[in-house]
Amino acid sequence: MSEARLGRGRNVAPEFLADRARFIRLETLRLTKIAGAGHYSSTFSAAELFAALYYAHLRVRPDQPDWPDRDRFILSKGHAAIGLYPVLADLGFFDAGLLDHYTRLGSPFGDHPDMKRIKGIDFSSGSLGHGLSVAVGMALAGRVQRRDFRVYCMLGDGELHEGQIWEAAMAASHFRLRALVGIVDRNRLCIDGDTEEIMAIEPLEDRFSSFGWSVQRIDGHDFEAILGALDALAPAGTGAPQMIIADTIKGRGVRMMEGNLNWHVGNLVGRDYDAVIAELGRGLAPVPARG
Amino acid sequence: MAAEDDAPGAGAAGQDQSDLFRGTSGPADLTESESVKGTPASRLPAFVLGEELADLADRDPRIVVLTADLASANRTIEFKARHPDRYFDFGIAEKNMITAAAGMAASGLLPYAATFAAFSGILAAEQIRTDCAYPDLPVRVVGTHSGISMGFYGTSHHATEDLGMMRTIADLTVVCATDARHLRAVLRASLEHPHAMYIRLGRGRDPDVYAEVPGGLVLGRAIRLRDGGDLAIIATGAEVHPALEAANLLAEQGIEARVVDMHTIKPIDRAEIEAAAADTGAILSVEEHNVIGGLGSAVAEILVDCGRVPFARHGVRDEFALIGPPAALYAHYRLDHAGIAAVARELLERRVT
Repeated sequence: MSEARLGRGRNVAPEFLADRARFIRLETLRLTKIAGAGHYSSTFSAAELFAALYYAHLRVRPDQPDWPDRDRFILSKGHAAIGLYPVLADLGFFDAGLLDHYTRLGSPFGDHPDMKRIKGIDFSSGSLGHGLSVAVGMALAGRVQRRDFRVYCMLGDGELHEGQIWEAAMAASHFRLRALVGIVDRNRLCIDGDTEEIMAIEPLEDRFSSFGWSVQRIDGHDFEAILGALDALAPAGTGAPQMIIADTIKGRGVRMMEGNLNWHVGNLVGRDYDAVIAELGRGLAPVPARG
Repeated sequence: MAAEDDAPGAGAAGQDQSDLFRGTSGPADLTESESVKGTPASRLPAFVLGEELADLADRDPRIVVLTADLASANRTIEFKARHPDRYFDFGIAEKNMITAAAGMAASGLLPYAATFAAFSGILAAEQIRTDCAYPDLPVRVVGTHSGISMGFYGTSHHATEDLGMMRTIADLTVVCATDARHLRAVLRASLEHPHAMYIRLGRGRDPDVYAEVPGGLVLGRAIRLRDGGDLAIIATGAEVHPALEAANLLAEQGIEARVVDMHTIKPIDRAEIEAAAADTGAILSVEEHNVIGGLGSAVAEILVDCGRVPFARHGVRDEFALIGPPAALYAHYRLDHAGIAAVARELLERRVT
């Protein structure tokens, strides 16, 4: 990527976004191999969301990562950072070669992102339940400073079990932070099982609506739907905070991982690795009917 | 969480409910209540918090103030009156408040987030660690009503563990304010401090120690308030004043005590502790905190490196404090001036035998 200026509503071909989503998945495989373990499936569920946000929507300047008017992106589900680092490198926030030493002793790049050591990371994360509060603080700061940036916060669905999320959800609507955009990667699985069996979070639209948010619910692997939802967002200002619930499939793109609990953390080796590379090269296959 | 009926500001609008200790009984507390009446607000450390921050904010556009439904108790309500656009009440949701403060700091603001120490330094400890200290953001977490100053409100509202918890967090500066003028100096010193801070305050009625803070205030540098060669009493926060009074009592008995205000718990003033070990015959640390983990532990960690000196840690001895009026509690735990003097004498007798 050569663009030093990225912004909302850019005219980007869907084929290009699909290619970048594949790049995110391939890089996740490569980096996991370096580390010996990684969060494949939580990253694969978010690949289209990452691609749409960074290549078609967010207002950021890779050559000026601290630009005060940039949109903020908080990866509250910090364990998907392995899919975000390659995007930031690709956009020019830092040298992509740094990722060759991902997680090795002294590397800035760990399983969870560190804002002090990685350009383009707007806040450190990893402990679930914190990101939406960070986003509330940043949106309030934008109001105090009279800036019009938006603050985007990507949440895991299992993360919604954390009580602090609902403290922040309440505060966001109380302070009428329309600059705040939440995105739930609704891939249905937390570590121990289906969220609805472990600790039910539905009905999500009703819950966020009743907390004072405006809510859209979309297919989180469909670029047309993602870009439509992002384009429909109201500008920063005073009003209801905005939530996008993106229905996704954990492990999307690799058939044996899709909806499979066992791939939350894993490490592909040998023929399995090669087979998955080949599968990703063929692009996303249709989702088999649930049986 | 603060029970609703405890929370000042949750009640009748406009009514000053800042004195949580109305209705305490017993001679000691009645006497104390009398002394509070008519005391100018400038003498009450927690009570200058809002005023001083508002003064600083007149000149510093970075300053914002947050509280969690305790605006009257910590007097941040005075900041609200002067800077309503930079004041945020987060309701009874301390974790969200602390993390949001970190988000503000990451965006260039200088947030001061105040609530009872029990609900900042203890309830929101992980948010202080993970969201403020780890990203090395200039968040100022203010814990008011330290130690056992909440008296009969009980263990849920006491904070005798916060210093220990905060002290183990890397890149966090931990400071106890001594009195009103000292608090003002701490707040001024905090403006350009690059790291996250935990600032522990008393309950807003601590008597004056300082007519003025000598030479301004340097974070990490203790203040020697009185000199004496028989022992050194190293105290912090609300225990500095009774430590000074204890020294006066000891002087009447022929014992001369150095008194050190160790306002910064981390980074601790190593040189001042080493000097106390070299210059005096014994060291007594005094804090309204568990003797495990706080000032006493910090002093002990220095003393193991610098030779043999009789040493005692004085504080709450690894127990949850009783319920009682504050003055009665301080006396019970020998954290008043008479108690400190008695503990000091025991330390010196132990040294002789």
